[in-house]
Amino acid sequence: MRRVVVTGLGMVTPLACGVEETWSRLIAGQSGAGPITRFDPAGVITQYACEIPLGDGTDGTFNPDDWMEPKDRRKVDDFILYGMTAAVQAVQDSGWVPETEEDKHRTGVMIGSGIGGLSSIAETAVLIKERGAKRVSPFFIPGALINLVSGQVSIRFGFKGPNHAVVTACSTGAHAIGDAARMIAFDDADVMVAGGAESPISEIGIAGFNACKALSTKRADDPTKASRPYDADRDGFVMGEGAGVVVLEEYEHAKARGAKIYAEVLGYGLSGDAYHITAPSEDGDGGYRSMQMAIKRAGLTPADIDYINAHGTSTMADTIELGAVERLMGDAAAGATMSSTKSAIGHLLGAAGAVEAIFCILAIRDQVAPPTINLDNPAVTPKLDLAPNKAVKRKIDVALSNSFGFGGTNASLIMGKVRA
Amino acid sequence: MSDIADRVKKIVVEHLGVEEDKVVENASFIDDLGADSLDTVELVMAFEEEFGIEIPDDAAETIQTFGDACKFITGAV
Repeated sequence: MRRVVVTGLGMVTPLACGVEETWSRLIAGQSGAGPITRFDPAGVITQYACEIPLGDGTDGTFNPDDWMEPKDRRKVDDFILYGMTAAVQAVQDSGWVPETEEDKHRTGVMIGSGIGGLSSIAETAVLIKERGAKRVSPFFIPGALINLVSGQVSIRFGFKGPNHAVVTACSTGAHAIGDAARMIAFDDADVMVAGGAESPISEIGIAGFNACKALSTKRADDPTKASRPYDADRDGFVMGEGAGVVVLEEYEHAKARGAKIYAEVLGYGLSGDAYHITAPSEDGDGGYRSMQMAIKRAGLTPADIDYINAHGTSTMADTIELGAVERLMGDAAAGATMSSTKSAIGHLLGAAGAVEAIFCILAIRDQVAPPTINLDNPAVTPKLDLAPNKAVKRKIDVALSNSFGFGGTNASLIMGKVRA
Repeated sequence: MSDIADRVKKIVVEHLGVEEDKVVENASFIDDLGADSLDTVELVMAFEEEFGIEIPDDAAETIQTFGDACKFITGAV
């Protein structure tokens, strides 16, 4: 099997636009939560979320003009804008510019989304109701389709290899990276631009997740304290938005062009719960098997895992995942650190797995585990270190990232230091 | 320039993201102003909206340039 490494990173998150800008704030324990400004939230129950900080593009703020022309932006839903932003960063970071037609054919894109153009669909439905079906824009469909992040990115850069998109709710970003890595391993491509993007902070998005009883509702007085995975006082997840994208590359291809190599994709596991549409099974069996498969694929043992970036959404499911991890790790649990970075950035749904995989890569690079903020009073006594409120400096050669989605879809990725 | 031409030009500049001085009488939306087929559909919809008129599909197909648009709209309002 061909080896797959990561040679480019890009992200836009509620902490900042940019990988280093987000990472430094994450390690410092900052929160990206605040009152909702994207729409008038008077009609919804949860009136706070983790929004991307908009601005002129300096000091980590996100200036949409820096990433897409206003005339093109008008034609797409925000999840495409976010995905393009992260993809442009990742491609530039990788330094990969395919010159020949063959190189273009060997470069693909696989960026997914959990829900896609939810706002566009809602707004267009209202438009039809108020003004008639003839007023629907010709850009409505291509601006809302999930695979149009991959489509737009391929058009911008001329990447003519496999063009695909994942849709597995909150596991999307992890599945996209895992599946894209397999395309390289299987020799379908040499380079894949992979990740996830999501823009769910809209009236229909918040109302929908409120109806599922999935969101935190009790922290309007201090939204920065709302996302508190493993804490006894957690009361649901906090909605986030953004995108994470990596450039994956076949190892020899990356070496041959002298690329900067961040990490190797060592393992990938996936499973289904076959249990409930929104809840994980109480024994955490699906997550357990997903992690187990990833470890087997990597040729490792649980004791080799130094850091785990948990799915950890700040819901009752946190302790189910924790139980599955402890069962999997056994005696090795005491030697590992696990944290939920959703405590800081909220839940980016289809983008979460990609952003969190990048956090694992940076944890390996900098030998530091990001903290689980707001973990003041753990709901259970954990067998492993959950990095409460402070980043943990430690040896991290191998990191595992979990993502679990509605429908009972689970994905686990293992990233590791590149071995020569 | 007439009021109609000014309003048409404003729509074209906004939708296609082109400089105002490029929007001249014979400028073709597709060949000169960078529009694709979907852009032209949207332009026609924007003209309908702005001027409160209906532009049937067969007429829309004849609107290829800025001048075509001004001429058609002047006759329709």
